[in-house]
Amino acid sequence: MNGKFVVSSSPHIRTMDTIPSIMIDVLVALFPAALAAVYFFGYRALITMAISMAAAMIAEAICLRKLNIFGDGSAAVTGLLLAMTLPASAPWWLVVIGAVVAIVIGKQVFGGIGSNIFNPALVGRAFLVASWGGHMAGTVWPAPKLFDFWADIITVATPLNSQEDALKVTLKQLFLGNVAGALGETCALALIIGALWLFYKGRIDWRIPGGYLGTVFIMGALLGGGFYENALKTGLFHVLAGGVLLGALFMATDMVTSPVTPWGRLIFGVGCGVITMLIRLYGAYPEGVTFAILIMNALTPIIDNFTQPKSFGGVKRSA
Amino acid sequence: MRLGAAGFRGGVHPDYHKELTASLAITALPVPAQVVIPLLQHIGAPCEPLVAVGDHVFVGQKIGESKEFVSAPVHASVSGKVAAIGPYRHSMGKAVEAITIVSDGEDKRDPSLQAPPPLEELTPDEIRRLIREAGIVGLGGACFPAHVKLSPPADKPIDLVILNGAECEPYLTADHRLMLERPEDIVFGLKAIMKALGAKTGIIGIENNKLDALRVLRQAVEGSPGIRVVSLPTKYPQGAEKMLIKATTRRIVPSGGLPMDVGVVNHNVGTAVAVAEALKQGKPLYERVVTVTGGGVARPCNLLIRIGTLVKEVLEACGGVKEDAVKLVIGGPMMGLAQPDADIPVVKGTSGITVLTREEMALREAVPCIRCGKCVDVCPMGLVPVTLAQLTEHKLFERAEKMHVMDCIECGCCAYVCPASRPLTQYFRLAKAQVMGRKRK
Repeated sequence: MNGKFVVSSSPHIRTMDTIPSIMIDVLVALFPAALAAVYFFGYRALITMAISMAAAMIAEAICLRKLNIFGDGSAAVTGLLLAMTLPASAPWWLVVIGAVVAIVIGKQVFGGIGSNIFNPALVGRAFLVASWGGHMAGTVWPAPKLFDFWADIITVATPLNSQEDALKVTLKQLFLGNVAGALGETCALALIIGALWLFYKGRIDWRIPGGYLGTVFIMGALLGGGFYENALKTGLFHVLAGGVLLGALFMATDMVTSPVTPWGRLIFGVGCGVITMLIRLYGAYPEGVTFAILIMNALTPIIDNFTQPKSFGGVKRSA
Repeated sequence: MRLGAAGFRGGVHPDYHKELTASLAITALPVPAQVVIPLLQHIGAPCEPLVAVGDHVFVGQKIGESKEFVSAPVHASVSGKVAAIGPYRHSMGKAVEAITIVSDGEDKRDPSLQAPPPLEELTPDEIRRLIREAGIVGLGGACFPAHVKLSPPADKPIDLVILNGAECEPYLTADHRLMLERPEDIVFGLKAIMKALGAKTGIIGIENNKLDALRVLRQAVEGSPGIRVVSLPTKYPQGAEKMLIKATTRRIVPSGGLPMDVGVVNHNVGTAVAVAEALKQGKPLYERVVTVTGGGVARPCNLLIRIGTLVKEVLEACGGVKEDAVKLVIGGPMMGLAQPDADIPVVKGTSGITVLTREEMALREAVPCIRCGKCVDVCPMGLVPVTLAQLTEHKLFERAEKMHVMDCIECGCCAYVCPASRPLTQYFRLAKAQVMGRKRK
């Protein structure tokens, strides 16, 4: 009875949530999209995802000088997210460079997990777009080949390339993912199923995806030119086409690089939507998700600062 | 950020584990052979001893008192001989002067203690004096002298008394059992407090995970005008003063303010029972109900314990602690104080003795914050713990103060949900102490 007990500050109990458990939830949530990628783009999708995850995890383990290759799981998530944004035609060395840049430049130079300003996977992707534009072509992407695991890659223009190209696909095609594009971005259905898991587990809240997708829909409907049958369908086209769903559900919701305040999350989501649509409609690139999220990442601290919640019985304030 | 209709923003739903003791009736622990009664068991000035080593004392005899207004006297909890007066470790952490009494086994009550006149004949001043004389402090754990709360300044009229029967702290069931077993005394105590304050309305707030207590107290308040029982959603920290007032009345205590700023005085249901005992029988506060619980205790139970009984003796009476017990907490697991050993006395504020196993605690090392924002979502005070923690880490206490760190009620919700296991609540205790320290300079 005179045994010594552990002394620490309260609270003395905790939830079972840990960073690895969050990361595993994200990996699970990405699984449907990964399956869809293999279904549509064959063995190259599988190889690209495996190389990207392995390269990211090895780069992280080397940076941290730790033998546990999975670690807290965050490198695996970064690797898989990067692969989702790459074309099935990407050569192996491009994938490795992207993953290493994502981990080393995107994350570890800032001080590792929690300290990075920009979404690491998007840093990797942006680096590849800037350096190997030919491989990361803005206009032509690998076309899907159903049930053909060993198929060769044939590239075609993406629906976002021009209105002509957009009208070649139906909304149903876009929803199911049977269109040209990056590995993980084409199948809206798979992305939504995965995101439902994250909502269910409380890993993301509605504000960032809601603000992002809502803005894309409204701006698409109002400013998209109405080239589909009507404005609403044009808005829907902009939500389903390209990388918006992948970005809104899995990239913009990255905890480290998005605001922590409720209003801040909403503003962040709306900002991502606005920039994405400005690039799509008026910019030089057909797609703007990567840069939209990276720009908003940079604004995260200031958004947090100006959206401090009202304290109980108090007034609004800023640090 | 709209506040919920009748609840409060944020909060968490920990595993309550109340089933360990909720159905166990209160039993009295046999009178111990020796008690150690600290002269400081409350917020305020410590008492001066009124007895000397070798003196004989009766049960209920006043043995320590202070002239200061914010203080409460202490009373002997056994009859016997004063064996020592000197420092003894207190569950608050420091050693404080304490009177050790060796029991003579006769348990003789102080013959000078008499029942006061009936409540109808007492004036508010007399009620306050009797409550002070009985040494009553807030029994929910805060230990603020009860008579002080019953003496609001003239410019703060009180129209409402809220009794806290939420018992939102996991594991603890002492208040729950009191509500089931002593409903008349709770209502009597509430009426006495209302009379002392001139308040016309009384509310007893109970979390809806205690349906039996709600039913029993609703019956007990029938025929008492102005008093009602309110069912509260089960959410921690429902019993925190400001949350309780918000949830029962929608009144919002201003930042830095007190309940009396919105015309409310809060008391715990246990305090109401102590008030009833003092006014009905003239009985001072020398014993209290304590929940002894946790996976590390052989026989969890609700015990009526004499103040000054050593925790190690209480634990022995409950079958001892198990092999895998890792932590001894005075109070509950969310806000209780961890103790290095059990050689400390039960005091007026000891609502629970919780012995936790490693499995129950999820002890983990802190890792870097990933800014998940869970702490922001759960903070009932609307603070941004993630930012406050960064400011504290960088010793930017002034900026932390600007971001309302002083509003932190240390409920522990932020640290409870943190997936990075960061000691957030501990940071804010540090920041608050630093800000207070600078103000005193």
